[in-house]
Amino acid sequence: MSTETASNTGAPTTPVGKAADYLDQRTSIGVAVKEFARKVFPDHWSFMLGEMALFSFVVLLLSGVFLTMFFDPSMALVEYHGAGPETMQGQLMSTAFASTLDLSFDVRGGLLMRQIHHWAALVFMASIVVHMMRVFFTGAFRKPREINWLVGTVLLILGLLAGFSGYSLPDDVLSGNGLRITDGVIKSIPVIGSYMSYMVFGGEFPGEHIIPRLFTIHILLVPALILALIGLHLFLMVLHKHTQYPGGGRTDKNVVGYPLFPVYVAKMGGNFFIVFGILALMGATMSINNVWNYGPYDPSPVGAGAQPDWYMLFLEGSLRLMPGAGTEWVIFGYTLSLNVLIPAVVIPGLLFTFLFAYPFIEAKVTGDKREHHVLDRPRNVPVRTGLGVAFLTAFIILALAGSNDLIATHFAMSLNQITWAFRILFFVGPVFAFWVTKRICLSLQRKDRELVLHGHETGRIVRFANGEYIEVHRPLDEQERWLRVNYDAHRPLEIEPATDARGVKRRGYKSDKRWQKLSRFFYEDRVEPVTPAELAAAHSHGEHDEIAPAAHTSEVTSGTDTVDRER
Amino acid sequence: MSENQNPNTSQDVTTSTGTAGHPERFSDPGVPEHRPRLTDTDPKANKRSERIIVLLFALSCLGAIASLVAYFTVRPDGTTDQTRLSTLLLGVTMAISLLGIGIAAIHWAKALMSDHEHVDERHELRSTPEVREVAVKHLTDGVEDSGIGRRGVLKGAAVSALALFPLTFAVPLISSVGGDWNISKFRHTIWTSGKRLAYDPTGRPIKAADLTVGSVAHVIPEESEEYMASHEWITEKAKAVVLLVRLNPEDIRSDQSPEGETWSYDGIVAYSKICTHVGCPVALYEQQTHHLLCPCHQSTFDMADGAKVVFGPANRPLPQLPIAVDDEGYLVAQDDFAEPVGPSYWERLK
Ligand code: HEM
Ligand code: FES
Repeated sequence: MSTETASNTGAPTTPVGKAADYLDQRTSIGVAVKEFARKVFPDHWSFMLGEMALFSFVVLLLSGVFLTMFFDPSMALVEYHGAGPETMQGQLMSTAFASTLDLSFDVRGGLLMRQIHHWAALVFMASIVVHMMRVFFTGAFRKPREINWLVGTVLLILGLLAGFSGYSLPDDVLSGNGLRITDGVIKSIPVIGSYMSYMVFGGEFPGEHIIPRLFTIHILLVPALILALIGLHLFLMVLHKHTQYPGGGRTDKNVVGYPLFPVYVAKMGGNFFIVFGILALMGATMSINNVWNYGPYDPSPVGAGAQPDWYMLFLEGSLRLMPGAGTEWVIFGYTLSLNVLIPAVVIPGLLFTFLFAYPFIEAKVTGDKREHHVLDRPRNVPVRTGLGVAFLTAFIILALAGSNDLIATHFAMSLNQITWAFRILFFVGPVFAFWVTKRICLSLQRKDRELVLHGHETGRIVRFANGEYIEVHRPLDEQERWLRVNYDAHRPLEIEPATDARGVKRRGYKSDKRWQKLSRFFYEDRVEPVTPAELAAAHSHGEHDEIAPAAHTSEVTSGTDTVDRER
Repeated sequence: MSENQNPNTSQDVTTSTGTAGHPERFSDPGVPEHRPRLTDTDPKANKRSERIIVLLFALSCLGAIASLVAYFTVRPDGTTDQTRLSTLLLGVTMAISLLGIGIAAIHWAKALMSDHEHVDERHELRSTPEVREVAVKHLTDGVEDSGIGRRGVLKGAAVSALALFPLTFAVPLISSVGGDWNISKFRHTIWTSGKRLAYDPTGRPIKAADLTVGSVAHVIPEESEEYMASHEWITEKAKAVVLLVRLNPEDIRSDQSPEGETWSYDGIVAYSKICTHVGCPVALYEQQTHHLLCPCHQSTFDMADGAKVVFGPANRPLPQLPIAVDDEGYLVAQDDFAEPVGPSYWERLK
């Protein structure tokens, strides 16, 4: 029977063919290869950001496994006598710290691996964030990709957790203080805070359990979750097929790009080695977290100017900006520390809620249930772009506030002034950033219209017989034009009236009305794409055909009227 | 998948005709025409690219070999410099071997592999009505089969069992994960009446007479050497550390002594070093202003005015350690702190 099958398809003769045949008869791998080998993926540099996150995670796994061979996550106290620097000899320290020293000074290539691991963690987080920005600003989170956006946001949070738990493992003064701050934040949680602190530390801070616990979290729990979610993330990506940037021939019904094999196999493989190579270079040349300069954890000393890793700075800044006076309330004898709770729990909570909720809110105010596979140019969705920039501004202001002492010493300013400046900026900055970004988007859209209607300026001046001078404009070719006219300028939601035909009050009207308000905020100001009729009108305007600057047609429409709100 | 041969496979997306015979929207011009690369048209350029790629792979091999050479020639000898050198050489050679492969592969993909764009169809993600119908049928059949709708007691029993079994795991875990769960420990430190104040970290007791006006000392309670080599010590030290300054007695505007007691001694005041914000050790003292600054989030406390908060996110003053002097002139604690040290927590005042 099997020989029959083989002879039916022509028995393979080459070794590769035989191996493939062997595998296929047991796994039907042929189906997968047929399905995926030449699958088309669109190309753009910004699609590499997610890849960078993935590859730095792989580097984290590789270097992390190296570290686990030598790192000893124990808090047993030892007097150090080892290969480490002079200053550490004879000091009382935890075994975790001692093994970090040995890992750095005794294990060949150990310091390199520690530094690669740490840099990879920083790059991992950075690429996740930038990848997320790409997805946000291009609208790649729209249907059908909302769930993948949620998966990504959870990955971001897990990344923070991975970084934080890893940073704390060496049990040095700096990371110990980080843990202590965490303990203070946990204690501020109403009702259960004290017990949660006991749960985390197995008793009072620091106790003797935290490092082994963090180790399990860091090398088992979090990486396993990240790995599983990355799997889901990529599975959904393949299922949805990748989005593509707008352009000629690219629609919501197709995908234009290059085949997985060989182009993407080569490119992705190449990118992995480049990411790994750059991280190796960073680990080789830039020292990071020289724990022997800080010393083992001791609850008493602390250095000024100590900074957490960059992705934690926003929390640090948030804690710094909150004024303490009057923000600790006592209710029925119980203490509510709003001075900690608001900056360390509420504000990050709000930031992440925004991230989780945004795709659903936008879909709702757009009244849009279609699938989207062609990306938006950020300018074409001014309010979304504005909100994204506002969010980033808030994040950056908090992160800068997390370095306010460095800024103060660097610019010789007083800490009070800087802190106050940041407090104000935290509220004003995002609003201002939103406003400016939205304006910029609208004017870029208007510039696009201008270009489509009147073409490129050529710098060539011609003189007409009647003495008039005119600059020659070169019309856009159809690809250039298509890029600028192929978008939807959404309009605010229209809702059913408050009462139905029989004059009965409609349920749900109030909520509809609220959504409509939000929808107006999103889409009231908009610039419509040029229509063929408008282009024709611009061309026939006057005798100059396509060289004359035509009068402005109405550009910005708003709500029901056609008032030009933007100028 | 179809390779896009004709650049002008434009689809007319016009849906209806707008004003004056113009379509309402522009139509898609189709995928732009493929532009051949130099390597497509010029065999020499093609050959050159291939040579570059080969060279890059060769460079990678050299990097790997150089890494081995570095490994054997530069042995760490325990000094930081030598460790750094070894790290540098191992890392750079590793980077060369990796980047060689990476850049070669990318260049190969970009210069030599076909760059004709392909077009794949997309299909809506939702399954067809027929598929959905069958899926629903399968599920209802399954529910029907199990009889869960008809057998109420069975359902209840199954749900109860599933709800209860996690307890077998959770109860032992929760009972132990928080140690003894005795959160009243937050309230006490190892300071007791008569315990001497000692310098941190040497543990040498402090004589009041040794402190001149303006001097600052980081203070721990005096303890035995064995105790100071234990875990318990680290946890206790985390609450017990104190910062002591000797001020000019006239400069002290207030301290935290209650009516009828004196918690300071001759201008010497001792306050908990654990910030009342989220618990960093407060360590930066400024002589002129008597301000004590927490390096973590810059809460600032006035040592001459009962350690009140003058700036920053902390809300409460640092608790004061009541001190006195024993017969031999050493500083001692009168008692433990009167209130819990460090950050606030829900039951702090209970
Ligand atoms: C998921 C992403 C990960 C992130 C963001 C991350 C981050 C970090 C950071 C920042 C450190 C401190 C390094 C230093 O000493 O400077 C660290 C230490 C460590 N990590 Fe990771 N890590 C990740 C995954 C892993 C994995 C998968 C493993 C092992 C399988 C691992 C094993 C270790 C070990 C053993 C240490 C302590 C060694 C030392 O500090 O010298 N990590 N990690
Ligand atoms: S811990 Fe001292 S200011 Fe935050």
